[in-house]
Amino acid sequence: MHNIMSDNIVEIDNLSFGYKGRLLHKGINMVFPRGKVVAIMGGSGSGKTTLLRLIGGQLKPNVGEVRVDGEVVHKQSIDGLYQLRRKMGMLFQFGALFTDLSVFENVAFPIREHTDLPESMVRDFVMLKLNAVGLRGAQNLMPTELSGGMARRVALARAVALDPQIIMYDEPFAGLDPISMGVVCNLIRRLNDALGATSIVVTHDVHETFSFVDYVYFVSDGVVVAEGTPDELRKSDMPFVHQFVHGEADGPVPFHYPAPDYKKEMLRGHDA
Amino acid sequence: MLKGFPGTLAGLGHRTIEGIWRIGAGARLFFYIWYYLLESFKRPRLIVREIFATGVLSLLIILVSAFFVGMVLGLQGYNTLQKYGSSEAIGVLVALSLVRELGPVVTALLFAGRAGTAITAEIGLMKATEQLSAMEMMAVSPVARVIAPRFWAGVISMPILAALFSMVGVLGGYFVAVPIIGVDAGAFWSQMQASVDFRDDIVNGVIKSLVFGVVCTMIALFEGYDAPPTAEGVSRATTRTVVNSSLAVLGLDFILTAFMIGA
Repeated sequence: MHNIMSDNIVEIDNLSFGYKGRLLHKGINMVFPRGKVVAIMGGSGSGKTTLLRLIGGQLKPNVGEVRVDGEVVHKQSIDGLYQLRRKMGMLFQFGALFTDLSVFENVAFPIREHTDLPESMVRDFVMLKLNAVGLRGAQNLMPTELSGGMARRVALARAVALDPQIIMYDEPFAGLDPISMGVVCNLIRRLNDALGATSIVVTHDVHETFSFVDYVYFVSDGVVVAEGTPDELRKSDMPFVHQFVHGEADGPVPFHYPAPDYKKEMLRGHDA
Repeated sequence: MLKGFPGTLAGLGHRTIEGIWRIGAGARLFFYIWYYLLESFKRPRLIVREIFATGVLSLLIILVSAFFVGMVLGLQGYNTLQKYGSSEAIGVLVALSLVRELGPVVTALLFAGRAGTAITAEIGLMKATEQLSAMEMMAVSPVARVIAPRFWAGVISMPILAALFSMVGVLGGYFVAVPIIGVDAGAFWSQMQASVDFRDDIVNGVIKSLVFGVVCTMIALFEGYDAPPTAEGVSRATTRTVVNSSLAVLGLDFILTAFMIGA
């Protein structure tokens, strides 16, 4: 991948991160080339969302670094970090819409915070973004009146309100029906290409993700266990990739959480 | 996991460290609120909105309570004063009790229960639903946008609410003493006017309510901001807001009164 695309907007270099004495990431290396949609996949609890927080500077790595547009994220001052974050947009797992603001005001929020544009232009920008996600007609609704899929789309409009260079998606398909899933997949690809941005999608939905991303990283047990284009990974005979792509219950990722011997544990109560 | 005495000792140490950590984190939040002072007042709309939510919406409970407190003061005061033949001093008793003590203290306790809990629950839920994280990722400081406006709204609202409490309380006392018991209205007002001092009584009351405003709002904000992002976490934080605010208000009231009487 390094040879094909040299111009990377985000680079993760030998990153280790953990807390309470437990390492979640153990020397992760990833690159995210400009203009591409890259997925980070792995089971629940494999630290995918934490990676997004490390890219956004909400957490600091124990070892290694994350570089965004050439700048080391964890070495920035608060002002520097905020400057860097203005290049990013993030879609949270359940949208994280501001519940006291309408759909229109949610999308207008970053525009009002970071620009002094007159109200008419703010309105034009908001309409443009809402139209792009197909929810111009829902502008006056409150977040509580939206379905999960609609909330996700409004959050997407808000994330791209200021045309960021990097768009991060945290589990964009969680809890969506198949139609909404298709809509969100399509939107991620279309918005990425229209804005000339780079998208980082954290997810564990294999089939939807493989249909629209350019490159995939598989994370397990704190390391990148496999990477490649969706086609390469579909053909892969690596046991982990095979288990994940085909949704097999047992394999390199065990079905059982580590536990003492089943028979011994069941008999323990009867010994006494 | 340690058991027995070492376990108790370890638990004590853990709680002490956590307590010190929370004081430090609260102080840091307080510092950041001042750091964003100018930015907060550049957008007065946000503060006005919060004054409405914390101050105006607390008016009903505070004014109704004030009227009852004033009426009780009138009854109790008359009952005691008439034994000494000075029942016309009832106006002084009601006004001084309210302006110096009950106004600021009861307002702060009601404020903690009505507005403080609302602030903690709102911020705790904003945190639990990742709204504060979303704001941070949009390069907008949650302290500047969410915390600071609520802080200033609380600090501005509290003295006004306390003043209104005292005013309505005096009217409650008047209602019991004059029309119901039959104390002379002229004596009620003139003795009050002659005995209540602006600096010693009213200004000191305002100082108390300002301090209570800072403390109650700060506790509510910190508890919400520091709440674990779960249903149980927010519920515990809300309870802690009421308990800590009430204790802080009553403790500080003693300290402030000692300073004011000593001065």
